[in-house]
Order: sequence, then structure tokens, then C-alpha cells
Amino acid sequence: MGAPVVCERLELSTPWLQELRSAEQSSAADFAATTGLGGGHAVAESAREDQAISASRPVVPKSQELVYELKIGEIMTRDPVVVGPDCLMSELKEILRVRRISGVPVVDNGSLVGIISIEDLIVALEKGETSARVGDKMTRQVQTVYADESVIQAVTKFARYGYGRLPVVDRSGRLVGIVTQGDIVRGLLRQLDVQWQEEEIHRYRASHIFEDIESDQTGLVLRYKVTARDFVRGGEASSKLKKALERLGGEPQLVRRVAVAAYEAETNLIIHTDNGGDLIAEVQPDRIRVVALDTGPGIPDVEMALRPGFSTAPDWIRELGFGAGMGLNNIKSCADEMRLESRVGVGTRLEAVFYLPGRREKEAA
Amino acid sequence: MTVQDLVAALRLKVLTGEAALQREVSGGYAADLLSCAMARARAGNVWVTLQAHANVVAVASLLDLAAVIITEGVEPDPAARQKADEEGVVLLSTPQTTYAVVAEMARLGIPAGS
Repeated sequence: MGAPVVCERLELSTPWLQELRSAEQSSAADFAATTGLGGGHAVAESAREDQAISASRPVVPKSQELVYELKIGEIMTRDPVVVGPDCLMSELKEILRVRRISGVPVVDNGSLVGIISIEDLIVALEKGETSARVGDKMTRQVQTVYADESVIQAVTKFARYGYGRLPVVDRSGRLVGIVTQGDIVRGLLRQLDVQWQEEEIHRYRASHIFEDIESDQTGLVLRYKVTARDFVRGGEASSKLKKALERLGGEPQLVRRVAVAAYEAETNLIIHTDNGGDLIAEVQPDRIRVVALDTGPGIPDVEMALRPGFSTAPDWIRELGFGAGMGLNNIKSCADEMRLESRVGVGTRLEAVFYLPGRREKEAA
Repeated sequence: MTVQDLVAALRLKVLTGEAALQREVSGGYAADLLSCAMARARAGNVWVTLQAHANVVAVASLLDLAAVIITEGVEPDPAARQKADEEGVVLLSTPQTTYAVVAEMARLGIPAGS
């Protein structure tokens, strides 16, 4: 079998597996280094798939997440081949050869009593014990995993015990499947592929909005209503705005600056206004403009309001951790332009503008 | 060092965000004023505070923090917990003071957040 060569290739070509290993400390130590003999062909395919995936996007965090999210039952081989304890080693040899597998659980009267592998068979063949019973040569202390456990449980057990396969049982102890390291690799890749394709489609649709739509000036306006004194929902508008900008393919640092400014503006609407207000983000090809609008009470001294540490927030609001007098300064330091206009009894308009990277390059050129 | 390592080392109680404990901690930040956290804490940081209301979760989510450690045994209100569950924000709690937690984090080699 070509498995060992395939394993080398797999390991070299899968940095995310190595990351997975380091993330799980030693638990996944032998995860990629050894692969179930029976998994050779499929793993070779997986390695190619993996190269294709890793070339187009970093998959490390996703694969780490997946080993927790995916259940063993979703990736295991169902209805595995089993043998009884009275099966002879010579019969076992034929079963392994014909089914192209490297080990089978031993079941007696419906319950799992042991496991026998190709390694046990080789030892028996060397000793000329072809007519020995499987029941006498099998491993009795069987490590099992539950079908409803996370894949990480199987990864950990493979690393700890060095087995090529683990029988999978349900909570009543009934054998429901078998899992190999090859199953895990295939399961993860399949899931990554599915999620990646879904995500790519969404991202493509969102990030091409400005290229696909032609007009003299294209803009996307996102408007959020902010309710005065509603601290429980505080941050919801800016959180939604942040997610929208991420969807639109915004560069993370820029998205962060807009989100921080939007959060401070939103908080000001919650704390200081009579009737709440609107948080409006206008996304244009070259800039993002965030405007916070309210209908009062208005700021008596705008210059004073902009002074770091100056705050008019009452004590009860300060106790919540607000009112540090830093909100407007935060907005100013995040934004490329900021304007604050206010009239007592009328309302306040705060505008923060963020240039998109493309614009700066154009201006420099 | 992951959040999980920190939980083990400081014997913290995991209140929410069980699924995100394998995240690497990029640094630490401590303050009880949200605007200060907003200005200074960075993605992947652990924020130590005794504030425990829903807006802490909003800040943590917006900044993509690795975790929030709520000190002095303050219990977050149900709205905060629910929001944290929705946003996948890791909330941890400890009876220790902010100072003690920060000292311990420094001893573990967690740098100031930046």
C-alpha cells in the first residue's frame, strides 16, 4: 500500500493540520503522521483538495473550530465490518484483504468484546498461527468513542493510544460505526469545503456590489434607530454595522475604526438624547460616512464637549462604565474627518468620515 | 497561551462562550470605563473589569476580544449572559480583585494589550 508516502505528502501540504496539532498541544501529535492503512486512497485525494483550499484562504481557525463542532457520528463509517471471536485468523486475513480495511471490531452476541487489526494479523502470520481464533489474538481493552461526542475526542484518543481506528458506540454501548484518522481528515475537508463555498458565494455577492452596479454615484445607506436609555440594546446598531461592513469585504482595521466610532456615537445617543436618534452609515466606493442625528437637547458648548475627560453624564451612568468623557475623542482619533454641530433645543449632528484605502492611493498618485 | 490555559491557571469560572476557549490570548487590558476599553483594548486581548452588564459584551464583541474576566465575583445580569451567548463572547468570572488577576496574568507572561 502506498499509504506512508501519501502520509508524507499530506503532512507537508497541510500547514493547517500542523496548526491543529499545536492548538491541541500533544493531543493531535500523531494525527497527520500516521494514517490508517485503509485510508490511503481517499487521503491522497484529500491532500489535493486541501492544497486547493489552503491556496485560496486561511483555514486554520475554521478547522480548529470544526473539530469541536463536528460530531463523530457525522464522519464515521456506519455499519462497519465486524467479526465474531470464533473467526479464524486465516478468515480474518481474507476479510481484511477483500474489504481493503486494516482492522475490525469483534462482536459477540451483539456486544463489543474486542478489536483486531492488521498488525495482530501480521504477528500471527509470522508465528504461523493462521488457525488461531480471533478471540485469542484480539485486544480486549477497547478504547471507544461516542457517536455524539465531538471529533476532538477521537483526535485526542488517536494521539494518546496510537490506534489506527476506534469503534464508535451509542450511549447504550451498541456498536454504531468505526472511525479512522482518514475519516477525520475527509470529514473536516468535506465540511470546510461546504462552508467555504457558502461563504464565498455570500462574500462575492456582497463585495462586488459597487462593481456590479453602475451609476454616477453609488452609495449604500444603512440606518439604525437608537432608543434613549436603552442600555440593554446598547452597541446593537454598531454591531450590526460592523457585520455589514465585514460582509462588504471591508478591511479589518478600517472596519474596527468605524465600529469603535459608531459605538461611541450610538452610546451618546443612548445616554444624552431626549428621544434617541438615528445612526446612519453611508458606504461609498471611496469612503464611509457615519452620521449620528438626534433632536435634542443639544450641546451648549461644543468645544468643551470635545475636551478629553469632560463629561456631563450623571453618576448612575458613570457607574455603568460610561461617561468617561472620552467618547468624542475616540471618534476623532478613529475617523479621518470629524464634524460636530449642535444647537440647544434643536439637536446634534455628528459626522465621522473614513477614507477607504483605494482613495488614499489615488490621492498619492 | 489560550483562554483555556488562562481559565485553568487562574481557576476562572466559564460563564459563556465555551466553544471559543481555544483562542490564543494576544494581551491583556484592565479598566472599568467602556470608552477606555474601546480606545485601548485590541483584538484577541483579555479584558479584566468589574463591569458586568450587556454593554461589556457589546464592547467585547465589537473589539473581537478573546475573553472578558469579571472580577470580585460580580454576576452578569441575564441580559448580558444572553447577549454573550448570541455573540459568542467568552465571559469568565472570579472572586479575585482586578489587581490580583492582572498580577497573575503578568506572571504568566501575558503582555499589555496593544
